[in-house]
Amino acid sequence: MHELGLIQAAMEEIERAARANHIARVVKIRLVVGKFTAALPDALQFAFQALSPGTIFEGATLEIEEVNIRLRCPSCGRETTAEDITYWCPACGARAEVVGGKELYIDYFEGDEEEGLEDEGSAGPEAAAGQPAGGA
Amino acid sequence: MKVVLAQKLLRANQQVARENRERFGRVLAVNLVSSPGAGKTAILERTIAALKGEFGIGVIEGDIYTTRDAERIAGHGVDVVQVNTTGACHLDASMVARALDEIDLRGLDILFIENVGNLVCPAEFDLGEDCKVAVLSVAEGGDKPVKYPLVFQEARVVLVNKSDLLPYTDFDLPAVEREILAINPEIEIFTVSARTGAGLEAWYAWLRSAVARKQSASATG
Repeated sequence: MHELGLIQAAMEEIERAARANHIARVVKIRLVVGKFTAALPDALQFAFQALSPGTIFEGATLEIEEVNIRLRCPSCGRETTAEDITYWCPACGARAEVVGGKELYIDYFEGDEEEGLEDEGSAGPEAAAGQPAGGA
Repeated sequence: MKVVLAQKLLRANQQVARENRERFGRVLAVNLVSSPGAGKTAILERTIAALKGEFGIGVIEGDIYTTRDAERIAGHGVDVVQVNTTGACHLDASMVARALDEIDLRGLDILFIENVGNLVCPAEFDLGEDCKVAVLSVAEGGDKPVKYPLVFQEARVVLVNKSDLLPYTDFDLPAVEREILAINPEIEIFTVSARTGAGLEAWYAWLRSAVARKQSASATG
């Protein structure tokens, strides 16, 4: 359920940026998801497959980069990584600070532009929503 | 064409949450979060009955389909706006923004936002509230904070409800308190029973000081 809401939010953001960049069809999305967010890649994929038919996302690939949890321990000073959510330093057992793994963002997306469209430059405030990087 | 966004997933929600925060002004906005059946509505009913002579209180009731909770709250004679999420498992900032169009914030001191019963999703969605208050009931079992840490990490207060059931369960209150404090060392824990009223005075006292802090902060800021 949690993943459905997150994917919905991602699709809204991307749709807005796609429109600003005259993209008619999205072919690839890359998300970065920290393990501390407890958003499961399989459930994100499932939600995406369920929501994309009949939209500009139909047939698109969703790529998810998972980021490990990184802890820094104020007691022993060690930096460690963890697969599962924890607050405790695996080295000394003290309460550690979570310094990585809370990421939850859209890295980039790729899409096909509307056909027969003249290049209009980046007029309009929405163009600032995304910076085109390289040609199609 | 490739478009690099490097943008937070919930950016749009965060923008609306910021606008809500401005609209709340001097009103203390409290986002109540828990599993289904933990007792959010019962605690609200008690709280309203105890504090409505002291404070102007309004309520936004989130529910997936029904108006049952809103009807219970309306029975206490305070302003209540129902938000049906029609299937969504949490309130988001824009739902609260629409509810705010229906509520007169002038004359209010506290606005309670009762979220949809769910320990997972509401934690991710900022509504613009001043604080989240998590309700954890003895009947659910003490493993919930460890299994759903995000809510407890975000919350300012935990109300451990249904304390009248403690003698009948394996709920290990001191251990659960330790686990909650490990997740969030700053959190305040009050053990209460909405059924008997036990322990609620400490929660009311916390609310009184939170209202005072909010009002003095918005007077000077």
